[in-house]
Amino acid sequence: MQGTKLEIPLWLAKGLHDSKRRIISVELPKIYKEAWRTVFSADATVVDLHKLGPYYYGFGSQLLNFDNPENPEIAQTLLQTFISRFRHIMDSSQNAYNEDTSVLVARLDELERALFQAGQKGLNDFQCWEKGQASQITASSLVQNYGKRKFPEMDG
Amino acid sequence: MSWACPAPVQSWLFPLPVRVCAAGARPPVLGRVPEGRGRCRPCLGQGSEAKAGRTDLIFLIRFRHCCLLRNQRCILAYLYDRLLRIRALRWEYGSVLPNTIQFHMSAEEVEWFSRYKKSLATYMRSVGGEEGLDLTQDIKPPKSLYIEVRCLRDYGEFEIDDGTTVLLKKNSQHFLPRWKCEQLIRQGVLEHILS
Repeated sequence: MQGTKLEIPLWLAKGLHDSKRRIISVELPKIYKEAWRTVFSADATVVDLHKLGPYYYGFGSQLLNFDNPENPEIAQTLLQTFISRFRHIMDSSQNAYNEDTSVLVARLDELERALFQAGQKGLNDFQCWEKGQASQITASSLVQNYGKRKFPEMDG
Repeated sequence: MSWACPAPVQSWLFPLPVRVCAAGARPPVLGRVPEGRGRCRPCLGQGSEAKAGRTDLIFLIRFRHCCLLRNQRCILAYLYDRLLRIRALRWEYGSVLPNTIQFHMSAEEVEWFSRYKKSLATYMRSVGGEEGLDLTQDIKPPKSLYIEVRCLRDYGEFEIDDGTTVLLKKNSQHFLPRWKCEQLIRQGVLEHILS
């Protein structure tokens, strides 16, 4: 029905979007609009991106698929937000060894969390090497995770 | 990322959406779908009506097409992820998978695994001179030829290259050549002890 407003998933909106046929028009979620964009440009490091939508960067990038006059500004905001937050993520992930990191990752969106984990893995691998454990052969993760379930029929 | 054991594949689920997709992937306006794909008759009906000029149905066809494509994407993502984990098993665990894992793999996955094994073996034979090179060995840089190991569970007799046999009983410790033990350590039978 023409003129109705609906909420549909992104994949559906992408599929139905067609600049020639004009089946649907997309309204931006509020965090990508003017008001929030100025908040991000003021100070991006204090924003809780996890609460605002755990996929801020990914979803924002997908939004650029729809013809929207504000696209250049959205793209710019995404980039600048990422740049200003990245340094902090890199620092904290490389310096938090064997600690509870839940406070550090609480306000990160999913992309940032993946980066944080990559940093942590690098740190842990390095520490392992420093302790001389890098040459220790370990059981495969399959065995470690399923050690409780015995493999009695495993004869090697 | 921990490599969880692949869950049982419900193989009866997969033929349905994939068959529908194969039919629905044709441009609806052609409307030519083999008779056997009964599920796509609604698409078929709308396709020929669209051809007849009822453009208001384009939206509906497109909508259905989107949904089919999404289902197909989700299924493919799941199957591909399983495949990547199975491939990792060959490197981490060895060429013979325990029965409990094989039980959870579909027939196609088992076949894929054996073809991957064969492919890997052919490659390893072609690399590194006459006897080939076992790439799945020495994944971590070796420091010495012989290593200290402790047995984690009863395994039985184990023969080493020079002919002597060792009895691997739970909690017994041995000083064995690295290349013989590596696979057993990865499988959780032995534990590598660093001095």
